[in-house]
Amino acid sequence: MEQNNKKVIVSLKDIFVKFDGEVILNNINLDIREKEFVTILGPSGCGKTTTLRIIGGFVEPDSGDIIFDGERINGLPPHKRNVNTVFQKYSLFPHLNVFDNVAFGLKLKKVPKAEIKRKVLKMLAIVDLKGYEKRSVAKLSGGQQQRVAIARALVCDPEIILLDEPLGALDLKLRKSMQLELKEIQQQTEKTFIYVTHDQEEALTMSDRVVVMNNGVIEQIGTPEDIYNEPVNAFVADFIGEANILNGVMIDDCRVRILGKELRCVDKGFGTNTPVDVVIRPEDMIITTPEDGQLIGKVENVTFKGVHYEMSVRVGKCEILVHSTDSAELGSTVGLKVIPFNIQIMNKLLPISSNTIETTVTYSNEAEQYFEFELEDETVNVPKKYFPEGSRVRIHLPFDALSITGEGDGDLKDVYIESVVYKGEHNEIILESDERKWLMLSDTDEQVATYVPLYFDFGKASFELMSDGEEETS
Amino acid sequence: MKSRKLSIPYILWMLIFTMIPVVMIGMTAFRDKAGNFSLTPFVKAFEYKNVFLKSLWIALLSTAICLILAYPVAYLLTKMKKSTQNTVQLIIMIPMWMNFLLRIYAWKILLQKNGPLDMALSILGIHGTYIGNTGAVVVGMVYEYLPFMVLPIFTVMSKIDTNLIEAAQDLGSNGLAVFKKVIFPLSIPGVISGITMVFVPSASTFLVAEHLGGMNDLMIGDVIDRIFLTDQNTGSAISLILMVFILIFLVLMNLFGDEEAIA
Repeated sequence: MEQNNKKVIVSLKDIFVKFDGEVILNNINLDIREKEFVTILGPSGCGKTTTLRIIGGFVEPDSGDIIFDGERINGLPPHKRNVNTVFQKYSLFPHLNVFDNVAFGLKLKKVPKAEIKRKVLKMLAIVDLKGYEKRSVAKLSGGQQQRVAIARALVCDPEIILLDEPLGALDLKLRKSMQLELKEIQQQTEKTFIYVTHDQEEALTMSDRVVVMNNGVIEQIGTPEDIYNEPVNAFVADFIGEANILNGVMIDDCRVRILGKELRCVDKGFGTNTPVDVVIRPEDMIITTPEDGQLIGKVENVTFKGVHYEMSVRVGKCEILVHSTDSAELGSTVGLKVIPFNIQIMNKLLPISSNTIETTVTYSNEAEQYFEFELEDETVNVPKKYFPEGSRVRIHLPFDALSITGEGDGDLKDVYIESVVYKGEHNEIILESDERKWLMLSDTDEQVATYVPLYFDFGKASFELMSDGEEETS
Repeated sequence: MKSRKLSIPYILWMLIFTMIPVVMIGMTAFRDKAGNFSLTPFVKAFEYKNVFLKSLWIALLSTAICLILAYPVAYLLTKMKKSTQNTVQLIIMIPMWMNFLLRIYAWKILLQKNGPLDMALSILGIHGTYIGNTGAVVVGMVYEYLPFMVLPIFTVMSKIDTNLIEAAQDLGSNGLAVFKKVIFPLSIPGVISGITMVFVPSASTFLVAEHLGGMNDLMIGDVIDRIFLTDQNTGSAISLILMVFILIFLVLMNLFGDEEAIA
């Protein structure tokens, strides 16, 4: 790895940030090297912008260190950091023209006038805005404003340029050409770029390294190829590109069972009979005759995408996405094959087989057959089930006993949707409440990083009496 | 179309109570007592040129002091929590709920000989007269019009995008530079509307000078007030001249504002 030879320019160590009691960043550790193009990628609300603002000096971490060029810079105000930012909404100064916007930083540094002029004009040429010096920034198009913002940051010659979703407001075509331009500018100026985006394609196109974040933690750091080919978990696999993510069981080293079939793979060290997530990219699925296939399914959908056909094949209850340059006939039965190297095994995001609650009954009513218990400061009522007050009970809630739609405030009021991963049959949703995580299944697409009420259907639960309350007290 | 219909009552109101009176004043200003065309009212109005100048001077001085007092207040207001902001705004507004004349009387009592201020300063061994001079008039005016300066400046300042402030810091501005290079230039529209809202009414105000000022502190509003009942023609001529002055002032302010926006 050539990257490792370069000097680390900025590093975040054990960064922890809380806003209003909510954890925004949880133990962030990140080293960024000189002249590197690093992209922080994640869904909105994952903490990527906060990470950037910590480097820029606009947010102080509650704990942890920011090391810049070997020196701890916690508490150093933004204007004393050798870092410049390209803001999400450009934030150009409306009272200044293009030239004065770009010259803003240099004027503050008391650079001689002639030199300012030379540098600004040179930078405007780099961003392809020659001749726009006297224009009012309000009269520029979105793409031009974006380039002024980039020039304004670059002209100050900082060690690091921070870019906060700088292409977010542009239309698709402009965004594509700006991606290439930005990459070119980065190589030409040999600066370290730290780029924040929620667009995975952007991240793969531009970056030397990608940092995938979710819910305040770093899920994976690696080159675009690493992230795409070797995702560490279902979240990363789902977020980057298209993927078939399936529930599987690792029987032994190099043997995995998915959809009732045992397949050979190349991964080792997961133990025996361990539940795992299996990812197979749609382009790695090979369509064969039913006799030759490892899996057999029915073609349900064929869409021509230009370069390839996108097909969805129903194997048992599970939907498998296939990209292939050859099309299969709609409604026909086909075989599917994957070479062992293309089967990627990952640990489960949440290694549980059901949601278990261990609790003490706080109130119960034998006549009407119900009991109540306390869960994260809320009282939960369990109908049609009776245990005496004070008894310890273990409740197993299968994944389908949880739902986030229903009447009233829910059994838990605000739970956070941490991830939604489509597993061919259902969405597997990981929820985070104040004290723990929950796993549920859903057929609807839920919005990640939002708060929803959580309902329990105790009709589907199984109960286990651990100890009688009376025995315990006596 | 609907919105246009809704404005009809206002247009009628303007026509009947603003436009027609202005035209009538214009007509009266160019006639003598007998109703014939004449420039005598303007000749007579010219006799009051010192009062004119004095009025403009007092208005200018009051506006300048209002600006100096109001700008920092408005700036500090933007830095406060929302709840504190509301409280401070309320405190600034409360005096305006009192009757205009009452506020002037209050100042009269406050500043008069053996009044609270005089007594307090006497204890410290300072003796002087605090009423019946230009200073007292300016104090009264500033008191009257200060809220009209604070509020527009505050409104404009609070709308400045905080991202711009962060961008300025990011590019190397410390607190002072952020103020000089971003907040101040972007607050100018508020300053201009504040100046307009203070200067225009204070140039034409009356009663303040009469109650707080001395013999030489008569303002043009007071002159109009005094002579209008006996000499409508001269009164109209003075009003017309005042209106032209104010119009010129407004045009100048607007020009200045546009230039600032471009520069």
